[in-house]
Amino acid sequence: MEIATREFKRCTVVEVSGRIDSATAPELAETFQDLQADGQCNLVLDMSDVDFISSAGLRVLIDTQKRCQRQNRGKLVLAEVPEHIYEAFDLAGFDALFSFYDEEIEAVGSF
Amino acid sequence: MCKKETRTFPAEYDSLAAIDQFIADAARCAGFDRCTVYQVQLAVDEACSNIIEHAYGGEGPGVIECSHRVEDGNLTVVLRDYGDPFDPESVPEPDIEADLEERTGGGLGLFFIRRIMDEVTFDFDSEVGNVLTLVKRKGSFC
Repeated sequence: MEIATREFKRCTVVEVSGRIDSATAPELAETFQDLQADGQCNLVLDMSDVDFISSAGLRVLIDTQKRCQRQNRGKLVLAEVPEHIYEAFDLAGFDALFSFYDEEIEAVGSF
Repeated sequence: MCKKETRTFPAEYDSLAAIDQFIADAARCAGFDRCTVYQVQLAVDEACSNIIEHAYGGEGPGVIECSHRVEDGNLTVVLRDYGDPFDPESVPEPDIEADLEERTGGGLGLFFIRRIMDEVTFDFDSEVGNVLTLVKRKGSFC
């Protein structure tokens, strides 16, 4: 898994490639926690290059969203989620917890 | 024709990517579409993560024996470990309609396994180890 972050005026894009599983999810959690500690809670996760995400990754997204939304500090939105990964999000009821955007630019523009 | 195969992996999270590849190859050979191959990968990853975390109580010297076979287009995956048995009935199903604050993400792994696979059988035996048999049937595309 590789993680890159890009700062925009109103949000930060976290771009992940590869596998988000029990081995790699802690590194993603740390990335989000560091951003939040710096006061950045308007977050876009660009998933276009994610090959795989397990429930360990889903837990990171839930925890990040909880921390962002407490005290209305911001939110995490998901962009360019591959169709086969979206099926798993759908099974887990993620539709009600996250906003999904087909294009990263739309997600950035939502803030 | 798909080859029946067994491989043994260290019970470490770094094994998950190799197990994933091993299972994805079998699922593709069985003729499943991309979405279904991915779902089988997800179910097996969740099962192996649970073995490491719960059966072995974390990464350590244990092993996970993975076998797959394809018969009449049906894929059977068998995972064996020698850790502690656990009662799958003791894991409550997550409430996927709960509000964000009530969501913990706990129990999602077993939830995925049960939703994705057509047959899920746990056998616990102190002599031969814990055996989880997962079947995805031909034609059960997502």
